[in-house]
Amino acid sequence: MRFAIPIVVLVGLLALLGYGLRLDPRVVPSPLIGKPAPAFDLPNLQGSARVTPLDLRGRPVLVNFFASWCAGCQVEHPVLMQLAHEYGVEIVGMDYKDTQEAAQQWLDRHGLPYRSVIADQQGTAGLDWGVYGVPETFVLGADGRILYKQIGPMTLEAWREHIAPLMTAGRAS
Amino acid sequence: MAEIGHFALILALGVAIAQTVLPVIGYLRRDSRWLAIGVSGAQTQFGLIVLAYAALTLAFIYNDFSLKYVEANSHSALPLIYRLSAVWGAHEGSLLLWVLMLTGWGFAVSLSSRRLPADIAALVLATMGSISVGFLLFMLFTSNPFERQFPVPLEGHDLNPLLQDPGLIIHPPTLYMGYVGLSVAFSFAIAALITGKLDVAWARWTRPWTTTAWLFLTMGITLGSWWAYNELGWGGWWFWDPVENASFMPWLVGTALIHSLAVTEKRGVLKSWTVLLAILAFSLSLLGTFLVRSGVLVSVHAFATDPARGVFILAFLTVVLGSALLLYAIRAPKLVSDGAVELMSREGLLLLNNVFLVAAAAAVLIGTLYPLVVDALGIGKISVGPPYFNSIFLPLMMPLAVLVGMSARVGWKQARLRDALWSLRWIALGSVICAVLLPFVLERSWAWMAILGTALAVWVMIGALLDVVHRVRARRDRWQGLRSIPSGTWGMTLAHLGLGFWIFGVTYASLFSVEKDVRLAPGQAAEIGAYTFTFQGTQHSEGVNYRADTGSVIVERNGRLISKLQPEKRLYPSQGSVMTESAVDHNPRRDLYVALGEPIGDQDWALRLYYKPFIRMVWFGGVLMFIGGIFAASDRRYRLARHARAAAASDATAAV
Repeated sequence: MRFAIPIVVLVGLLALLGYGLRLDPRVVPSPLIGKPAPAFDLPNLQGSARVTPLDLRGRPVLVNFFASWCAGCQVEHPVLMQLAHEYGVEIVGMDYKDTQEAAQQWLDRHGLPYRSVIADQQGTAGLDWGVYGVPETFVLGADGRILYKQIGPMTLEAWREHIAPLMTAGRAS
Repeated sequence: MAEIGHFALILALGVAIAQTVLPVIGYLRRDSRWLAIGVSGAQTQFGLIVLAYAALTLAFIYNDFSLKYVEANSHSALPLIYRLSAVWGAHEGSLLLWVLMLTGWGFAVSLSSRRLPADIAALVLATMGSISVGFLLFMLFTSNPFERQFPVPLEGHDLNPLLQDPGLIIHPPTLYMGYVGLSVAFSFAIAALITGKLDVAWARWTRPWTTTAWLFLTMGITLGSWWAYNELGWGGWWFWDPVENASFMPWLVGTALIHSLAVTEKRGVLKSWTVLLAILAFSLSLLGTFLVRSGVLVSVHAFATDPARGVFILAFLTVVLGSALLLYAIRAPKLVSDGAVELMSREGLLLLNNVFLVAAAAAVLIGTLYPLVVDALGIGKISVGPPYFNSIFLPLMMPLAVLVGMSARVGWKQARLRDALWSLRWIALGSVICAVLLPFVLERSWAWMAILGTALAVWVMIGALLDVVHRVRARRDRWQGLRSIPSGTWGMTLAHLGLGFWIFGVTYASLFSVEKDVRLAPGQAAEIGAYTFTFQGTQHSEGVNYRADTGSVIVERNGRLISKLQPEKRLYPSQGSVMTESAVDHNPRRDLYVALGEPIGDQDWALRLYYKPFIRMVWFGGVLMFIGGIFAASDRRYRLARHARAAAASDATAAV
């Protein structure tokens, strides 16, 4: 009987792998989907005004967590520029664990896709929003609820397939 | 040209099917002409795959972007050497390389098939043919590298910059040679189960093939680790990434197999266990393929994934492994003639070594698949990291190291523990003395982990040399004694020495590495121990297909210039990716490692500095094991068997 043990183990393993094929390991569900955006009260990058989630209400918005020290942000940057300038998407930048001076320089060097930039220097908002690595992008509906979360660099594919439909629907609601 | 390649693949599939089916019919009908088809099939198939591979290579050389695969992985500005290695730079081409090697191994077996009984040779080649059928079907249906596209793009997307590195030119082929080479041991196991000829001769035929596959696997893993260290910019050499684990599991089981084959050959015991290991080692390398290419796990190495591929490989795994293990379950009980094994004997200790190695492989497997299990049960998403692997792997390796050191003094059949230990008392004492002194002398530390690691390393190294020492002493003429040592013994000695160096390197590199993340303006300096790293700013430059910021860092020790390091940050515009090229000043004693982070402000940069003692020993250990493998695989007695058989055969013909 002991000679049959390997094949029994194999059957279990294959069943697991077969089931695993139907799951996408990259999808990390965010408990925040469908909930209102977590509260914050932070200055903008210039330090000239304070911003709260109330300022993001009324129209669909992309909230993009970025940082000048992040390589992935440099990769997604052209996509954000295109979304902002060609598609007219409103993107709010959340400058995560960064300094005002470094972020400003980074934006000067690469271009500004953001309608406004919020300075989350300590990363407190990032913590509340469940950010575990920049870049991450949240889609907010007009009612201020989080509709979708993109982990990692923004791509045109993700825009077309997931985000654009939500933005149109979000405008309607 | 591409159509010729495509056509060659289709023909090869036909040949592979014939190579699988006809010899089996020959075996059932006891017809030697049908049996012989295995040999000619394997050789024809190899020729066809070489043709296909050459066709794809030419497409890369001539930048034929009408091929989707070439367009996705090459660029006209890519240097020729990387265009050649881009052939296996992504999923489709690497599969072709895989099949090239599989048929290459089949070709090699067919060349040496005269050493084997006709039925065994035919069944081995039939099994290899069936594996080939699976991979060719996979390639032709889901992953054809010869797919054309229209309109033809003017420019390609370029090779992933991570792969544009000399280490990556040789790492995948070496690793694949190892993975695929295990299919030979697997095929021998299947042939033995079918024919029932599971004897000492079987172990002797299987051994050199297994050792050869193992040495490639060893080298492939070593190169991969070296590449990660240089290219990823984290200063680490092993990350317990799912794909690294996928290569490490077959290595662990392959190592167990080598040792258990030795027992089977020398003593004729543990047969059913050895056969099972031969099946498992290749199963794990197929499982690795599945994990890498199906997208079930997140990994830095993951290929572009496609659900159809995952389903195909899973079906393939089910057929190959299912039938192999079913065959094992049915046939193995009838073949067992295992005599008793005394624990306190060389075979007993080797069995114990097998237990540790297989347990380690199982632990790695569980850790690798655990996120999948948790996800499948719907409990959540987790990842299993180095803390799990380190805490479970190291305790399993320590007793193994103790065993390796003892092995030379424990004889076959039956030995007395007390005698063996008593004869090792001076070596044990010496190891402990070294262990207490060395960490202090080298790193000013009395850390008990360092003492333990050093003790094991020294114990393994001295233990490795014992066999040679005794063989030399046994002869009056020392030179004669040295020359009489068979190369198998040299192989074992070198591989065990390599293990000792590896333990030493791992201990020191992981305990005494210093890492500093600093922000430096040009002219500013940071210190690690006695070393001063002075940043001199960066310069912008243009490479062939990238733009680079090259930093320059002067390293001094007590005011004396050690080295001028030039780490780079490269931007590859064709793929929009940023790469870190770290700069390392190395000697056997220590590595000084500098990687450029991000620019901060106008002139300042974030820099990552490392001091890594004895990290070279980790790879040196791997290289020693590789060389040991070469010695072991080329032992004279495997060739003697052929001469004896050839002589017997010619006698037989003479008699007729």
